[in-house]
Amino acid sequence: MLARSPLARLPDRALKYGLTALAALILALIVYFFIRLVGQARPALAKEGVFGFVFGNNWNVGAEHFGALPLLVGTLITSALALLIGVPVAVAAAIYATELCPLRLRAALTLLVELLAAVPSVVYGLWGIFFLAPKLQGAEQWVADRLSFIPFVGGGLVTIPNYFITGLILAIMILPIVSAIAREVMATVPDDHKEAALGLGATRWEMIRMAVLPYCRSGIVGGAMLGLGRAIGETIAVTILIGDAPKLGHHLFDQGYSLAAVIANEFGEAQGVHRSALFAAGLVLFVLTLLVNGVARMLVVRAARGGGRGAGGVEKAPAGGQLLADAAAGA
Amino acid sequence: MSTPLAADARLARFAVSRSRRRRDAIARASILAGTVIALIPLVLIVYYLLRKGLGAWSVNFFTTDPTGNTFFGSSGIGGIKSAILGTIEIVALASAIAVPVGVGVAVWLVEYGRASWFAHTVRFFVDVLTGVPSIVFGLFIYIVLIVGTGSTYAGYKGSVALSLLMLPIVIRSAEVVLLLVPASLRESALALGAPRWRVIFNIVLPTALPGMLTGVLLAIARAAGETAPLLFTAAFTQNTNFNLGGFMNSLPVQIYKDVTSPTTAVVNRAWGAALTLVVMILLLNLIARLISRRSRLA
Repeated sequence: MLARSPLARLPDRALKYGLTALAALILALIVYFFIRLVGQARPALAKEGVFGFVFGNNWNVGAEHFGALPLLVGTLITSALALLIGVPVAVAAAIYATELCPLRLRAALTLLVELLAAVPSVVYGLWGIFFLAPKLQGAEQWVADRLSFIPFVGGGLVTIPNYFITGLILAIMILPIVSAIAREVMATVPDDHKEAALGLGATRWEMIRMAVLPYCRSGIVGGAMLGLGRAIGETIAVTILIGDAPKLGHHLFDQGYSLAAVIANEFGEAQGVHRSALFAAGLVLFVLTLLVNGVARMLVVRAARGGGRGAGGVEKAPAGGQLLADAAAGA
Repeated sequence: MSTPLAADARLARFAVSRSRRRRDAIARASILAGTVIALIPLVLIVYYLLRKGLGAWSVNFFTTDPTGNTFFGSSGIGGIKSAILGTIEIVALASAIAVPVGVGVAVWLVEYGRASWFAHTVRFFVDVLTGVPSIVFGLFIYIVLIVGTGSTYAGYKGSVALSLLMLPIVIRSAEVVLLLVPASLRESALALGAPRWRVIFNIVLPTALPGMLTGVLLAIARAAGETAPLLFTAAFTQNTNFNLGGFMNSLPVQIYKDVTSPTTAVVNRAWGAALTLVVMILLLNLIARLISRRSRLA
């Protein structure tokens, strides 16, 4: 008597299978995109060989030579710089917001750092090339002259667009996400641990160093890796700031190119093998970000489960994926 | 009763040594310095945007299309009307695609998929989408909608690229909110004899609406600022265009085009457009925050 007629059950079935199909469609779409991307990249990869494409140091459109090493190196140098500059600052801001700052300031401080995420990439490029780069050129030249004894760092002539300034802008761009994740992971440190440290006579800094940082180390590393993923994939700001010179820069303050920038800059006019080479660059970029994000996700998930060193897994923190998704959606 | 001297001596045994105190002070000062350094770029960017951007704003700036003529003063080069309208059109269509699909997938994850292996696979792929560089989305759509169909750039293709970018943000934020809907609400409705689809449409979705709106607005804000996926999907044009089947201008692409110009007036137009874009995005963020604060959930 209580059972519904088949007709009445129809909308229920339709909704269930419709939504399942939708979810399956997303999976199929991503796989399809990937296969098509590989297909488009194939002519260039066949011409140069996969190894020759990735590690060949010769990107010459006129002569139809496509070795992506200068692009790969540009991407890696600028992203590494972004991490080197951005992560300490982001973690400092997170420590200050969670452990040291007056409670009244906390919300405002968090909001201000997160506002950086609301600035579009192209605006960072505009600001970087017309304000930051010219302002810093003198200082960069000074540093380059002083450090001329270190190979690849100093010695040469500083140009306005260069690797360093690109890395600096990328550092600013990854600040909000790295800081947001560091803050969320630090919020999972049990108060017991902190109070125990303070109770044993630790100073504030000793408490942070011994109770907070070890507990969230893998979470912070994961956040930094997620920032790295962002920096690697960042396109427009890099295109504006790196100089778009298809060669290996001689030093840190020289012009170069990156994987994302080459696509944005050359795709419009590209034909034939050149276009295929740009698809191949996109493929390398895609795989690179996939690897970096995979490792990042693993680390953050582990951290959020309370698996940090010295944590002992006493308290069950919110599921890591959720935490990460929140941070990613917010930043 | 002990003498004051003895009390001091006893206390001194518990006191923090000078070197430890010094290290504490240095560390705190460095952390504070790092925080201040983190805030400097924001101040500088806001200051420069306002100074340069407000200088470019005028009634003309918002009511004329860019002319492509870069040899005359700021009155000859036109404004950003087509860029503003293009951004609104492209992002509106992108939301119209990403929101229903994203919310649908989130509902499936929470109500049907739950902890099944298939749901985990879907979550994994959504996470993969989160990490894909925005320019790669442009490449995907180029391959499928331009190479695949043998046609040329169009505004709606830009929308599809942006909707791919919005999808993971919408799905994950909607999932978080849907999980917060109390199970008792669902159970009471089911116990009263409501079929599952009515529970979802009449109980779960309305309860989660404000929270989901927050995620949607954040996704829109993110998409509105993206340049890379639009470069070779919607391309660039100077004229105002209400047909999403044709080339379409947008604020980020307009700024990108203007940045590379050697003419000062054109660069000033880029600053004005940048200020416009940032104001639009900040408004979306602000509204999102207000809604999430007033939401009953979370």
